[in-house]
Amino acid sequence: MDYPFDAIVVGAGGAGLWAALELAREGVNTAVLTKLYPTRSHTGTAQGGVCAALGNLEEDHWEWHMFDTVKGGDYLVDQDAAEVLAREAIETVIELEHMGLPFNRTPDGKIDQRRFGGHTSNYGEAPVRRACFAADRTGHMILQTLYQQCIKHGVRFFDEFGVVDLLFDGGEPGAGGRAAGVVAQRLADGELHTFRAKAVLLATGGFGRMFRITSNAHSLTGDGVALCYRHGIPLQDMEFFQFHPTGIVGIGILLSEAARGEGGTLLNDLGERFMERYAPKLMELAPRDMVSRAMYQEIRAGRGIGGKDYLYLDVRHLGRKVIEEKLPDITDFARIYQGVEPLTEPVPVQPTAHYAMGGIPTNVSAEVTRDEKSTVVPGLFAAGECACVSVHGANRLGTNSLVDLLVFGRRAGRQMARYAGGVERPRPIPNAVEPVRAELEAIRARPSSGESAAAIRTELQAEMMDNVGVYRDGKLLTAALAKVRELEARHDRISITDCGSVFNTELIEARELGYLLDIAHVTVSSALARTESRGAHSREDYPERDDKKWLKHTLAYRGTDGPTLRYKDVSITRFEPKPRTY
Amino acid sequence: MNVDLRILRYDPERDKAPHWETYAVAVDPMDRVLDLLIKVKAENDGSLSFRRSCGHGICGSDAMLINGRNRLACRIRVDQLGKKISVAPLPGLPVVKDLIVEMSGFFGKYRSVKPYLINESPEPERERRQSPADRARYDDTTKCILCAACTSACPSFWARPEYVGPAAIVQAHRFIFDSRDEGAAERLEILSDENGVWRCRTIFNCVDACPRGINITRAILEVSSAIVGRRG
Repeated sequence: MDYPFDAIVVGAGGAGLWAALELAREGVNTAVLTKLYPTRSHTGTAQGGVCAALGNLEEDHWEWHMFDTVKGGDYLVDQDAAEVLAREAIETVIELEHMGLPFNRTPDGKIDQRRFGGHTSNYGEAPVRRACFAADRTGHMILQTLYQQCIKHGVRFFDEFGVVDLLFDGGEPGAGGRAAGVVAQRLADGELHTFRAKAVLLATGGFGRMFRITSNAHSLTGDGVALCYRHGIPLQDMEFFQFHPTGIVGIGILLSEAARGEGGTLLNDLGERFMERYAPKLMELAPRDMVSRAMYQEIRAGRGIGGKDYLYLDVRHLGRKVIEEKLPDITDFARIYQGVEPLTEPVPVQPTAHYAMGGIPTNVSAEVTRDEKSTVVPGLFAAGECACVSVHGANRLGTNSLVDLLVFGRRAGRQMARYAGGVERPRPIPNAVEPVRAELEAIRARPSSGESAAAIRTELQAEMMDNVGVYRDGKLLTAALAKVRELEARHDRISITDCGSVFNTELIEARELGYLLDIAHVTVSSALARTESRGAHSREDYPERDDKKWLKHTLAYRGTDGPTLRYKDVSITRFEPKPRTY
Repeated sequence: MNVDLRILRYDPERDKAPHWETYAVAVDPMDRVLDLLIKVKAENDGSLSFRRSCGHGICGSDAMLINGRNRLACRIRVDQLGKKISVAPLPGLPVVKDLIVEMSGFFGKYRSVKPYLINESPEPERERRQSPADRARYDDTTKCILCAACTSACPSFWARPEYVGPAAIVQAHRFIFDSRDEGAAERLEILSDENGVWRCRTIFNCVDACPRGINITRAILEVSSAIVGRRG
């Protein structure tokens, strides 16, 4: 079927929902497509808070938030974007409250705020209370609140429609084409549909599933990111992937930084607060890349718990009241998934693959750009984790993922409404679904080859975890590149056993694995080329940051034999790069 | 250790009726049922279909009937279940394929209670104030993840599928008792009709089923009392 709309939003997490809400308020005929149900989106798992310099408990200013964001990102942040982020964080949080978000409150009824990693007062002096929160389910409440508002405003949802291709009018984006819609598969019956629109927003989230130990949902396979890449749009800064320090050992489920924001400590086998040695001022509230590296150093020095590959997160001294009122969910996670009682025992933790700083390049209006000159692809937008605007640079600060998706989701919706008002709807594209249909049919029709998505996925995840993780070097990355190429070749021979049309999740997973392989390839190639250490990209063979050579964004284009790399300048407006100490 | 995992299978394109299949699965006692399903799909039968996303009890995708009780597959461990584990789709909802049920009716009921803040007063420049006590009044029902475990465990819902069900009442409660909301009267009107709160027989299945530990029966009773109070 062919559905004509004016705007299409792909993905129903925080960014997609806020954009849809803006479009609905402007009366733009909009459809939201999600491969899940909206309330299943991964925004819902964000725990600790959303930073905004409200100053409800102590002095704070958006300029301080901007500075922390730039420094936290090891100066790879585009400072014009960071300024937008820090300024508009304030009004978006207030607007969320007006929409009904149940923030925790101060005794005088204002939004309560707590400390979070890397967020400081007066340009780095001391931790500041900036994170607004709803217990430790802030993301859940953001997702619910935005979905509620979308219902109130009559937004049209296509639940369990997986987007499998992007459509362009007037040629591919590299040749000046504009966005014309998407092809989506209805999971309930496998049918392919075209959704035509003037403006298309990609808000498809992250792709942590390319790693073995990850906090990311099974559904986070980078669909929108990979589809852009396949259509010639470059991917920006993909070598920067954040490992969060406190994942549950072995399975990666996150124990929020809020635990440390409330005063939780990290301990090694000797019972030492080892962060003293790595970040004497901010201690456990140093940025995540630094804490994760410190943990690896401790483990390598034999000071992991019992000599093993994990450390302790200790919240016992916070007392029952703080733990139960402010950290209930993560306490529950420790009990359920580790059988540990945080009230009386320290909790074993290890770094877990958490967040992609890189993604689809955009400007501050969430318009997708396609080259070093930031040439806009007309009608195509991206926001949230799948996008790279770039407010996180080489390392994202805690809570800034939520700030990012709120601020730029909102901006995306507004810009899409303006754009859609001034252009004609693209005409139907003949045979738009045929390329994807052929790809899916090829997998379905292939006789058993012995190659399954599950097996290839397991090997990819192990390779990325072991060789493209917290620490990297040229030799490991070269090996990883060869492995990814091998897995890509095997993926071309993949076969499935399910011949049906109804919820053929085996077919869907095979396609999702292809997205992950594309993204892994770009990640490894970008990391291999960047011969310096900056933020989350830490090369043991190039341990120093090299501003002279590498203060620039990577742009990876799809080539015939893997990615071709080009580079783009970083926007520096207020803060000159300095050494990064805490 | 090994467990016998029985799964109620159904493929609408092949089967006339659901049937049980049993798989011997090597597991760790700390594995969750979701881990087992993923393992069976990878190693035994790629066509096994189920919903899952976050994998740690927040997204609400993988509610199913596990050893006779509604549970999230990602939140229940093998060591809590024993060596024989049976998994079936949520009861009371139409089965689409294997463990996947039709959810549109469930979400339709959710939408019917106006699950959004209703407040038409002019917005202040900063946040609306709310005391910690007023905030605590509806805290429990903000935890709902719309997994449908409660509604599909409710005998009143099985007997009368038109019943709005515990999940929708929980979502209404979240707003009715929010001091910032002005829509209580509209929602109480909706919930006082023949398919509203009076269908609840306080059987407490919903409370047992809720993976978020919400005291659902209490929430329903508070809504019922508010209806009575309004009439009185």
